[in-house]
Amino acid sequence: MAVIENNLNTKAGSLLEDYAGQAGLFDEAVDSQGRLRAAYQAFARAVPRLGAEDLKRRHETARRIIQEQRITYNVHGDSPGLERPWQLDPLPLLMDAAEWRRIEAGLIQRATLLNQLLADCYGPQELIASGLLPPALVFGQPDFLRPCHGLRPPGGTFLHFYSADLARSGDGQWWVLSDRTQIPAGAGYTLANRLITARVLPEAFRDCNVQRLAGFFRQAQATLAGLGSRRPDNPRIVLLTPGPFNETYFEQAWLARYLGYSLVEGQDLAVRDGRLLLKTLSGLEPVDVILRRVDDDWCDPLELRNDSMLGVPGLLGVLRAGNVASANALGSGLLQSPAFLAFLPGLCRHILGEELKLPSIATWWCGQADARQHVLDHLDELTVQPAFRPLAGPPEGVPRPGAEANGDLRAQIQFRPDLFVGQERASFSTAPSWDGASLVARPVSIRVYLVSAAGGYSVMPGGLARAGSEKSEAPRLLQQGASNKDVWVLAEGPVEPVTLLNPPNQAVELRRVGNNLPSRLADNFFWLGRYCERADATARLLRSLLQRLNSESGPGSLALIEPLLDTLARQGQIAPASVAPGARLNAEAIEAELLEDIFDPKRRGSLSGLAGEMQKLAMLVRDRTSNDMWRVLVQLGEVLAPPERNLSRLATEGSAVLNQTLLHLAAFHGLARENMTRAQGWRFLDIGLRLERAIYLCSLLDCALRSPEGNNPSVLEAVLEVADSALTYRSRYTLLPNMAAVYDLLLLDDTNPRSVLFQLNQLVKHFERLPLERESALPSPGHRVLLDCLARLRLLDPTSLAGRKANWRQSQTGVVVDRLLRQLPKLSDAIAVSYFTHSTISRAGGK
Amino acid sequence: MIYRILHRTTYDYSEPVTISHHAARLQPRMTDVQPRVDFALEIAPAPAVRTPHTDYFGNQVNFFSVQQIHRRLDIAAESRVWVNRVTPPAPGLSPEWKRVAALFREKAAVETAGLHQFRFDSPLLRASPELADYAHASFGDGVPLLAGAQDLNRRIFSDFKYHPVATTTATPLEEVWRSRRGVCQDFAHLAIACLRSLGLPARYVSGYLRTHPAPGQARLAGADASHAWFSAFCPSVGWVDFDPTNNLMPSDEHITVAYGRDFSDVSPVSGILVGGGSHAIKVSVNVEEAEEGAA
Repeated sequence: MAVIENNLNTKAGSLLEDYAGQAGLFDEAVDSQGRLRAAYQAFARAVPRLGAEDLKRRHETARRIIQEQRITYNVHGDSPGLERPWQLDPLPLLMDAAEWRRIEAGLIQRATLLNQLLADCYGPQELIASGLLPPALVFGQPDFLRPCHGLRPPGGTFLHFYSADLARSGDGQWWVLSDRTQIPAGAGYTLANRLITARVLPEAFRDCNVQRLAGFFRQAQATLAGLGSRRPDNPRIVLLTPGPFNETYFEQAWLARYLGYSLVEGQDLAVRDGRLLLKTLSGLEPVDVILRRVDDDWCDPLELRNDSMLGVPGLLGVLRAGNVASANALGSGLLQSPAFLAFLPGLCRHILGEELKLPSIATWWCGQADARQHVLDHLDELTVQPAFRPLAGPPEGVPRPGAEANGDLRAQIQFRPDLFVGQERASFSTAPSWDGASLVARPVSIRVYLVSAAGGYSVMPGGLARAGSEKSEAPRLLQQGASNKDVWVLAEGPVEPVTLLNPPNQAVELRRVGNNLPSRLADNFFWLGRYCERADATARLLRSLLQRLNSESGPGSLALIEPLLDTLARQGQIAPASVAPGARLNAEAIEAELLEDIFDPKRRGSLSGLAGEMQKLAMLVRDRTSNDMWRVLVQLGEVLAPPERNLSRLATEGSAVLNQTLLHLAAFHGLARENMTRAQGWRFLDIGLRLERAIYLCSLLDCALRSPEGNNPSVLEAVLEVADSALTYRSRYTLLPNMAAVYDLLLLDDTNPRSVLFQLNQLVKHFERLPLERESALPSPGHRVLLDCLARLRLLDPTSLAGRKANWRQSQTGVVVDRLLRQLPKLSDAIAVSYFTHSTISRAGGK
Repeated sequence: MIYRILHRTTYDYSEPVTISHHAARLQPRMTDVQPRVDFALEIAPAPAVRTPHTDYFGNQVNFFSVQQIHRRLDIAAESRVWVNRVTPPAPGLSPEWKRVAALFREKAAVETAGLHQFRFDSPLLRASPELADYAHASFGDGVPLLAGAQDLNRRIFSDFKYHPVATTTATPLEEVWRSRRGVCQDFAHLAIACLRSLGLPARYVSGYLRTHPAPGQARLAGADASHAWFSAFCPSVGWVDFDPTNNLMPSDEHITVAYGRDFSDVSPVSGILVGGGSHAIKVSVNVEEAEEGAA
């Protein structure tokens, strides 16, 4: 010890050396004499000169990784896209192996006990009959789900995943603050923390023999696979999420990807013929195991909460029939009631014949006379809280405890004692925490994770540590956006690396296509593609218009931009000429309206509105898209943000914004083209994009054909510009734009990636690879529409336009464009009917 | 006495329903006074899956899924129930109510374990000091349990007005309490919440009531309705039924279908459908005395 102290003393400026705990509290890093504990000594040896500047730099790196990986936490009520970045203190909480073994043994015993407790409550209920468990703890709380009683899960395991929050008192003893038995959250964040801290403190991670987390996740995979008894070799496992609005959606998406499961919402699943099925693009596929992140009573609106839109109607019946397994078992939230803490020591002795190894925070359940008296006598020293979650959806206005007696706690406890517990105020140990300038002592608690394994439980060697932000403040809950730390458990010897990937010598079945895409995601990709292209076309149109309005030619030229205005009017972006003929005569009024078209997010079809729609859709598919694509969309939203304080925009500013918009959209296209695998997600994105481009272009051409100035070179020039084909045109023809040549280039030239024919050819290629098309002998309704459009287009002769004096819409070209305009939206509808099952769920009841 | 009951529920949907999952609690329970029950459930269109199940309270549930596209669902339950005449126990001879409440205060014993769940708050009902005050007028010191329950039954009958359109199945108790009117379900709920506010177990009973046509008039087929009442637990006697809507203790004209903590546990038909738009429900109930052996 003395050697190490001397060693440290020579390293002036080391943060850990200057760190002192807080008087009177147990500190994780230093003992009562101020000496570093063994684990922190190892850390100090590995990073000998960790100074403030150094740690600051590492913290910055961690923050950058968090931003790049979009590691976020939705604070309740935030809308998606407004998530908060994850807060991570780069300095981990360190613990030595001997210390950890005590926690591990205690939690394994506890998980075993809780599992048996669940088995009794949802089975014979002998503990109630024998008087060891007061009936109120089961019958009196809403988390006891009667429809789940008697439902025996595979292998008798109710609790597959369990986590506990722990804190340490002044004497160094660990206490359990609460048990999470329903859907323990945070294991994914713990994994994220680990990946980051290992990157920003590589030398420490390497030298400290930090125990790896991957083994825990490998066990989780094995446990879940073991539940799929019907197809043990290759069970289909899904992670059921409440959706992107959930606080921990990030970690759900992250875990699904890491563990290799489909991330699904309740609406992606259906019950048919007593089986649980996933709606995918190729039809309904059976599901064997659900790893759920939806709360117990939201899982089946038929038998549980009937107002739930998050679950699957009929799920309980499938569970009862043994055709699917759920981890954790439905109803496991029962044991999260703090009232159980008061009874665990006795139950442990009775059920396991042992003393409880890890004590719980002292808890008195007021349903017992002596405990109630104790709480009433010590109201000022104890924390009084509800024993149970309030009953679901309390009927409005019904008298219930808490509402009456003017909030007089004492009266409430006396009237309904079973609804309250009193708890000792928790005391916490402190740990060195980085506050941006130095290491300060902050109270910490840790959340530790367990997974069931053959013959017991295995504990993740690590966990999620949370620190209070003030000296006196208790560590905050996940929901409150606490500052987090990784927990490093140091091994006594070198650590074997573990990976979730298969061992190198094991044969792997090669796969080219990933898991089948849920229909809902295909739908979102399709519309993401459409909006993206609509934004692109709209931006080009606006840019051409603004340029022409500010050119030197006088108001006489307004007729020449009429087709462009009509195209906007068709999208509903400006008022049609028939409604406001006068407005079209005033260049300034038009310009003002166009600028609104760019920036007003409330305006239908405005660019900033479209950018918002794209962000929403990208959010819904974000576990299938790259972070770069997301970042481009976020930046696009910033570019198009309305000007502050309603300052009016200049047309030149508008043009600059449009140029930036087009660059961002090009970046998005490029990323989609170059970085997405050619799987179904990409295919639907591209189908949406091609279809929108074809429709928009036909709409523009139709408006141009309607104009009496349709053959005016200025109008043709504008059309070429909006269709992004002006350059191509000039490379082929040196003349002023000629009508037949322009229409040939835009409609029929299959080497021009902007032409209608090019879009239709691409769509045909996509269609040939769609799952349902490959199965049937005849083309689907959508495919028929497409082939019809293609045939008419191919037979078109654009020279039919030449020589005509106006009235171009009656020409063959005009008729075909008109036909395409009416047919292509039908193609969109046909795709929706075949591939996106949109269904609204309703409820029926009766007397 | 033997009763033949036809309970028919028809849903008409404004939009096609592609799939629906339902739970029907229409099959009368076998009890001490209902020694035999014959039951048939006809569903059109025919369900692809039918699963009978005994729920936590021992009620018979029929789960079924209709997997073909339909715009109308017809559920016809036909029961024949043998009902023995019971003589209600003499209320004055039951134990003092406070002794019964004390029995249920903390720990359970083997024989009372299953009864405890009927003394706690349930999805639709909450105990409150206000309801306890109302109940105390019937449950004074030393009052025998059943005498108190009978008096509460009578007071609800006289203090609250029967008003068929006043409430829906979703009417909160608070509104019934405020407006002083409701239907059988509300009166049963009120009595149960009052008893639980005193710490006494009470349960909700759903079923049918034999009706008598007004003198000189023929019975109207299908004009009957589901009925509901409550039951109080009395040690050494068991569950004793009270009908606050009619201010009586049932003898042999009440047919029990199911019981639970409140209506939400025994809803006759519930379902979740995909599609359907809005729907209209028609319910008709017909209760008549049947001949032994007749079909």
